[in-house]
Amino acid sequence: MKNVWSITKKELGLYFGSPVGYVVFALFLFIWGYFFTIILRAFNDQSFQMAQNPYYYQQLNINQLVFSYTFQNITIFFLLLLPALTMRLFAEEKKLGTEELLYTSPLSSAQIIAGKYLASLIMLVFMLALTAVSVIFTFLYGNPELPPLLVAYLGLFLLGAAFMAVGLFFSSLTENQVVAVILAMGTNLLIYILSWSAYSASGLKASVYNYISFVPHFGQMVSGVLDTKDIVYFLSFCFFWLFLTHSWIQSRRWR
Amino acid sequence: MIEVQDLTKKYGELTAVRNLSFRVEKGKIWGLLGPNAAGKTTTMRILTGYLPATSGRASVAGFDVFEQPNEIKKAIGYLPEIVPLYPEMTVEGYLRFVAEIKQVSAAKRKAAVAKVLESAALETVRGRLIKNISRGYKQRVGVAQAMIHDPQVLILDEPTIGLDPAQIREIRELIRRLRGEHTILLSTHILAEVTQVCDGAVIINEGRLMASGSLEELTASIQAKDARDGVVVKLRRGGDEALALFRGLAGVETAAAEADGIRLEWGRGRELREDVAKLAVARDLGLLEMRPLAMNIEDLYMKIVSGGSEQ
Repeated sequence: MKNVWSITKKELGLYFGSPVGYVVFALFLFIWGYFFTIILRAFNDQSFQMAQNPYYYQQLNINQLVFSYTFQNITIFFLLLLPALTMRLFAEEKKLGTEELLYTSPLSSAQIIAGKYLASLIMLVFMLALTAVSVIFTFLYGNPELPPLLVAYLGLFLLGAAFMAVGLFFSSLTENQVVAVILAMGTNLLIYILSWSAYSASGLKASVYNYISFVPHFGQMVSGVLDTKDIVYFLSFCFFWLFLTHSWIQSRRWR
Repeated sequence: MIEVQDLTKKYGELTAVRNLSFRVEKGKIWGLLGPNAAGKTTTMRILTGYLPATSGRASVAGFDVFEQPNEIKKAIGYLPEIVPLYPEMTVEGYLRFVAEIKQVSAAKRKAAVAKVLESAALETVRGRLIKNISRGYKQRVGVAQAMIHDPQVLILDEPTIGLDPAQIREIRELIRRLRGEHTILLSTHILAEVTQVCDGAVIINEGRLMASGSLEELTASIQAKDARDGVVVKLRRGGDEALALFRGLAGVETAAAEADGIRLEWGRGRELREDVAKLAVARDLGLLEMRPLAMNIEDLYMKIVSGGSEQ
C-alpha cells in the first residue's frame, strides 16, 4: 500500500506541476457552468409558468430537471476530457525512459498501475468537488433532495472511473500521448454509443448492447436509483481494463 | 558479487547476448567494454531484472536474478543508459521519490537524500527543476538516484556518454570515490574509461565474451602471446643512416621506419632501451621520444572491435 501511495503522490505532483491538469479542470468547469446555467434558467422559467397551477408546481423536481440534465449533458465532455488526464500516465514514462527506473525498483506492476489509477481517480474526485460550488447555491435557494443527488454524483464518478480505466490501458500501449488519448476517446465513444444499436436490435442482442454500454447504467444512477447491478457493472468494467493493462505490461517485459 | 553464467538473450531472431559468463568481485569496479550494439545494455538490463534472459543464470549479491527479483532490485542501484529523470520535478523532490520507491524507510529518507546530494555534489542545484539543469548535472542526478538506497552493487550503463571532457572527469572521479563501498559494473565503449577507472574489464563483442579479467591479467595475457618487445623512437636527425645504425645494435632483431619514427624489436626478456638511448645520444641523432611497443589493452580492444579473434 505504501508503494502504491508513493506512485500516487508522484503522479499528483506531476499533475499539478504541469498545465494539463489545470487546463482540463478549467475547461470542465466552464462547460459545467454553461450547462448548469442554461438548464437552471430554463427551470426557473418553468417554475414561474407553473406557479399558477399548484398541482404542476408540486411536480417540479429540481433533482430531475436540473441535476439530471446537467449530468447527462456533461458525460460526453467527460468522455473526451478524462483521457487527457490519463494519457500521460504510462506513455510519458516510456518516452522519458523512466519506466526502466520503475520496473527496476522493488515495486510490482500491479502496485504501479494501482498507484497511477488512484492518482487519476483523485483528480476526478477533485474535479467533481469543484462543481459543488454551483450545487450549494441550489440548496441555498431551493430544496433539492440530497440522497438522489449523491447517487447521481456516485454515478458520474463511476462513469469517469470507467473512462479513465480505458485511458490508462491505452496509455500503456504506446509512448505517444496523442495516440493514447485518441484511442481512448474512440473506444469510450464506441462503448458509449453501443446503446444506440440497442434501439434497432431486439432480444438478447439488445440486452447485451445495453449491458455493455455505459448509458443505461449511468442513466439509472443519475436519476437517483442505486442498484447493485450498476455498481457491479462499473466496478467490473474498470477491473477489466486494469487487468488488460497489467497483462499488457507483463507481456511486454517478457517479449 | 556479480556472477553470470551462460547468459543468452534473444530478441526474436536476433541474439543480443550469447553464452556470456563472467564474474565481478566484491568492492571492485569492473568495466563492461564493447563497441555499440555489443550487448552491454541487454546484459545490464538482465542483471537488474528489467528484462528476462532466454537462458542461463545470473546472480547479484548472492540473489538469483530470476528467482528473487525483489531482493535483487533492493541490492542493485541502476543507472540506465537513458537517465530516467522527470523534467518537471526538482532534483531533491526526484531523489526523495526514488528513495521512497526503493523502500528507504521514512526515518532514513531525509538523511539518504542529503548524503547523495553531497557525494554527487548536487547541493547547489537541489531546488531546481531537472529540466533546467545541465547535462552533466543530470548525469550526476542519475548516479545519485542509483546510490540512494545504499545498494551493494551499482550498475551504470554508459555513465559518461554525451558529456563534455570536464563533466566526464567529474563523473569518473565520483565513480572512483565509490570504490570499496560498492561493487560497480559500468559499461562503456571507451577504453580510456576502463584503464582510468576500473580494476578489471569484461570485453564483449556481438554478444560474445572476448576477454575478461583484471587489468593486470588482461595485459599479462596479451604479453604472454607476444614474443617480442621493443620501442618506437622518434629522432630529429638521421633518416636511413640511423636505421642502419640501429640495425647494427647488438640484440635488435628488426628495425623499420614507420610514420612516427623507427620501430625496433627484440626478443622478450631483453632490455635494450638503455642501449638505444645511448646510441642515439652518442651519434647526436636528436632523440625526441622513445615509447614501449608492448601490446596493451588498447591494441587488444582494437583487434576485438575490428572483428578480431576470440580468445
